[in-house]
Formats: sequence, structure tokens, C-alpha cells
Amino acid sequence: MLVSALLLAIVLAPAVAIALMLVVRRPRLAEGLNLAAATIAFLAALPLPSLSMGGPRIYWSDYVILDGLGAWVILCSAIVYFLASIHAVGYMRLLDEEARLPRFYALFAGFGLTILIAPMMNSAGLYWIAIELTTLVSTFLVAFERTAESIEAAWKYIIIVSAGISLALLGTVLFYWAGTFVLGPTYDMTWAALRGAAPRMDKALLLLAFLLVLIGYGTKVGLAPMHTWLPDAHSEGPTPVSALLSGALLNTAMIGIVRYLAIVDAGAPGPGPRIVLVVLGVVSLLIAALFIVRQEGVKRLMAYSSVEHMGVMALGFGFGGPLGVAGALYHMLNHSLNKSLMFFGAGSMMRSYETKDITGIREVGRRFPVFGALWLAGAVAITGAPPFGLFASEFTVLRAGLLTSSAWAAIVMAVLLIVIFVGFLNHFRVMYFAPDDRIAAPVRPVSAWCVLPMWGALIPLLVLGLWWPESVWRYFGAIAAALR
Amino acid sequence: MLAAHLDPLAASLFSLIAIASLLLAFVMLGSRWLRHYLYAFALESWLIAALSAAIGYYGHYPELYLIAILTALFRGCFLPYLLLRIVRRLNVARELHVTLQPSTSLVIGALGVVFALTVATRISTGLGLAGTVVVLALTVMLSMKLIGFLMLAVRHEAVSQVLGLLVLENGIFLGAQILVPGMPLLIEIVILFDLLIVVACFGFLVQYLLSRVGSTSSLDLRRLVG
Repeated sequence: MLVSALLLAIVLAPAVAIALMLVVRRPRLAEGLNLAAATIAFLAALPLPSLSMGGPRIYWSDYVILDGLGAWVILCSAIVYFLASIHAVGYMRLLDEEARLPRFYALFAGFGLTILIAPMMNSAGLYWIAIELTTLVSTFLVAFERTAESIEAAWKYIIIVSAGISLALLGTVLFYWAGTFVLGPTYDMTWAALRGAAPRMDKALLLLAFLLVLIGYGTKVGLAPMHTWLPDAHSEGPTPVSALLSGALLNTAMIGIVRYLAIVDAGAPGPGPRIVLVVLGVVSLLIAALFIVRQEGVKRLMAYSSVEHMGVMALGFGFGGPLGVAGALYHMLNHSLNKSLMFFGAGSMMRSYETKDITGIREVGRRFPVFGALWLAGAVAITGAPPFGLFASEFTVLRAGLLTSSAWAAIVMAVLLIVIFVGFLNHFRVMYFAPDDRIAAPVRPVSAWCVLPMWGALIPLLVLGLWWPESVWRYFGAIAAALR
Repeated sequence: MLAAHLDPLAASLFSLIAIASLLLAFVMLGSRWLRHYLYAFALESWLIAALSAAIGYYGHYPELYLIAILTALFRGCFLPYLLLRIVRRLNVARELHVTLQPSTSLVIGALGVVFALTVATRISTGLGLAGTVVVLALTVMLSMKLIGFLMLAVRHEAVSQVLGLLVLENGIFLGAQILVPGMPLLIEIVILFDLLIVVACFGFLVQYLLSRVGSTSSLDLRRLVG
């Protein structure tokens, strides 16, 4: 009863907010409505993980599911939606687009809504539709600034992701077809039904279907080499949108891969599927490392860092076992918090110095003491340095990898993480400690609305790095057991 | 399953429609004129609608008649109409820069079909369905996928890219009708509507492209690199 009320609140809050925004069309009101919707969704998502401990719950005639994995992704996404909505208040006022603000917030809340709905879908077909909807809504958010660059980014985004997602649709149809040999011509394509039928499905067909789904949803996750839309879309959209794309959307697509991985595992076609996922993870880390070292745009730097962290998660889920799954899930939360922080910082600096280039941003620490310290701490955290949460989760994934037969991947991962550490922080050295007289001073202070969510992200990150509660460990253990 | 024991007339009818759709995909691949793409796409959609109706009749799935009507309406009439409006507004009648000559792309497309046939034979032999209409359905499904990707890769005009995506979807829909006619109705209808929204979104984006970038060719989208 309580759980269905909470799920309903998560869905209805943004939906009602969108309806009101479109009716009233006042910028300040839209701002407030979106913030209220995000707050309600966040508060409703907070207790979900502990409520999902008793096993999966099914609602509304099998269409909606709340299991441990879904609750975790909903929580991560709701946190990012909440933080990004606070940031949006400060950031969107800088854009001088007052008249279009209600439309922006309606799309923004719609994007939040589709992201939060996708992990609840109990049917593989409906999940596909939810993911497709996230693309359609976010395309217009990416194109919101209507510059030539942002339109180009939006076009690449929708073409590449739609093509990728159509592969996932083909995979979904083949999974359904494989199921018809076991369950009869018509059945409800729930995750549990597919998993129950998997041991009696044809192995070659199962493998083909899984590979199609993996490449399809992998495009949406931004795993290399299907990541090419990601740096453009993440860097050209307004910053709150970048945070939502990076911290929330990618997780929502990752959950699909994890669910299909559990199905294909049940069918036992050999180690192939996991190896493919591990290889995609390693390639993502490699591509990210190469592009981070030589990056020139500050938001593109953050975008490639997302490719890196999705690679780490793919490795965690690919290694599998309690340790791999726990590390990947923990990494999901840490990455959501930390990447929001980094994008908020990058967006504020982009507006203050009025440039997208790293070389145009200098002496951040001296000009913005508090903000500068926060952003620098975030940069140290996102490269995986202690004492922040990402150190703990990356280390866990590494340990999980060393225990499997793919230990080579863990070693490559460690090397690439060190390369990224050096490359990423070198850009921050330039921005903080390399004064250049030719660079103009920042023209704008950073608004309190933009700094507040950065605190909201950094404090939990620090706590998560120092203290990993026993109950969280048990929760991850339960998810890993359910996936096996 | 339906496809395994069909009467010969139905099997040959299904095969005929599947092969005709594949041929239309080749028509799109071999032409440079945007209008030809559109007509071929519309005809392909009508064939898929006919296939849905035929499967509904032979397999006793009355809900497929509804799908057939919706397919003919949306895919066969409304989508081509929307696209035609975009083409008219653009004043672009054909692909101006071809990466591959149509003849070369036809040959590559044919190689794709051979590859798809190999995969389809392998899968259906494993399932004990070799020699049935299943092989053909899988072949057409996979090869229309490959042809769609080929069109996306070698065509630069915005409208041809959208049509490339629609060919990808048509292939899936066509195969799905034969392989899984019992797929839940809800999902099929939602996917149809979804397609409509996709094309509407593309319509808006093409307009933006024209006004901000000044061109609808992906060759001119080269600001964001690295």
C-alpha cells in the first residue's frame, strides 16, 4: 500500500507539475513547480530501497515492478533530478530566455518523469518504450539554446540513439520469439517470465538477442564505441540537462542491460555475454582516457568522464558476483552525485568566464574561494582518489575483477584509471594554478542556487567514502543474489 | 508456433510479401531521389499492413486486423505525408553528395542479405525450423536492418537519414508479424504511435537545422569534434 502510494507520488508529482506549467506559463511559477515536483519525487524515492528488501513487488496488473535494482536506480535518478532542479533555478536565469522558461521546465520535468518511470517497467517492451521516450524528450532539451552547435548535437543524438535503440527493439522481439517456444504464442513479456523461460530457450538465439540488446542499450548508456553522441549532447545542452543526462539517464539504460544479463545468465550460453560486456567496459575506459588527456572543452571533459564511469559500471556488472554487483551499484550512486557536482561547477564557470574552453578559465581558486574549493574537491573525488565514495566503489570493482577469469581487464582498468587521474587533474591544475594575464577576469559571480546543490552532492560523497553502512552492504547482497 | 505449420498458399503469400518488401528496400538503396525513397517506403508499409491482415486471417488473430488498419493509416499514409511536407519545405530533390555510388551500395546491400541469410539459416536450423517461412522472415528482418544502417552511413540528407531509421523499424515490424504474431497488442500500438512522435520530432529538428545551421546535410555538421 505504502509502496504503491510512493510510486504514484513519484509519477504524479512531475506529471501534475507539467500540466500546471503548460496551463499557467509563468517563468517563476514553472521554476517553483519543477522544484516542488523534484522534491516530492526525491522524498518519495528515499525509502524505496529499504521497502524493496522483501523481494520484488508487482503492481497494476503486472506492468509495474519495484525490486531492489529498480529502487536503487530510481533513488539515484531522483537525487540527480532534485539537485539539478535546484541548480536550474540559478542557471536558467542567466540564459535570458524568460519567455521560454515554462516550456523548458515542462520538458525538464517530463525528462525527469520518463527517467523515473523506466526502471519501474516490468515488461521488456514497455521498458523499451520508456527509454525511447527519454530520447525524444531530451532531444529538445539538448537543442534548447538553439545555437548551431546545440542543434547539431541534438541531431546526432537522436539519429545515433534511435538507430541504436532500434537494435534493442530487434533484440527484444527475438527474446520474445525465443520465449514463445517455451511459453506459447502469447504471454506477458515480464522480466521474470523471460528469466524463467531462459533455461529452455535456444542458446544461439539467446546469444544473438542479447548481443543486439547489449549494443542497443549500450548506445544509450554511452559505452564506447557507441558513445559518439554523448560528448556532444552532454556538452551542448543547458547544464541542468547535462547533469540529468549524465547522472540519471545513463543509469536508467544500464539497468536494462543488467536485467537482460540476468536473463541470459539463466540460459547459460557460456561466458560469452559477460566477456562482451567486460570488453565494452575496457574500450570505454580506453577511449575516455585518450580523449580526457587531450580535451579542450570543459563540459566535454565531464562528458568523457561519464564514458569512463559507465565503463567502470559495465566492468562491475560484467565481472558479476556479489562484489562486482555491489561495486557497480555503489559506483552508480557515487557517480550520480559526483557527476552532477562536476557539471554544476563546469556550467557555472562556463557562464562566469563566458567560454567553453579550459584554456579560457583561469585562477578559479583565487577568484571563487568557496566554490573553487568545492569544485576542486569534486574533481579529486571523480578521479577516484580517497577519501571519497568513488575510491571505495572503484576499488571494490577492481577486487571483484581480480577474482574472476577476466583479471586482465581489472589490471587494464587500474592502469587506465591512473592515466585518467593524471590527465583529468592536469586540466584542473591549469584552471586553478596557471595564471595567464591575457585571460579576462570572470564577468559574473556564481549564484547561491548553483553552489547549494554542490554541497548537497559533496557531503554525501565524503560520508559514503568514509562509512559504508552494514545495511547497504546487505541490500547489495540481496540484489546480487536476485540477479544470479 | 504459426510459421512452422502453414498451408502452402499462406506460406508462399507471406514469402512473396517479405521478398517484395526487401526489394523495395533495395529500390531505396539504389535511387538518389528523395521522392523515390518516400514512395518505396509508403509501398513497403502497405505491404506490411497486408501481411498483418493475412497473418490475422490465417493464424486466427483478429486483433491483427486492427494492427493492419493502423499500419496502413499511420505508416502508409500519415508518415509519408509528414515526410513529403518536410521534403517540399526543403527544396532538396535528391542526394547531392554521394559517398558511395548507388551501384556500389546495391552490391554491399546484396552482401548484407547473404550474411543475413547465413545467420538466419544457422538460427532456424538450431530451432528445427529450416525450410520454413521463418528463415525468410529472419533474413528479411536482419537484412533490412543492415540496409537501413547502410543508408544511414552513406546518405547525408536529413530526410534520407530519417528514412533510413524508418527502414530499420519496418524490418523489425515485418519480421515480428511473422515470427511473433501473438505479441501483446498494447506494445504494437504503442510502438506505432511512438513512430509518429519520432517523425514529428524529426520534423521540428529539420526546421531548426535549416534555420540555424543553414543546411540539412550531415556533411555540414562538423562543429563538434574531439
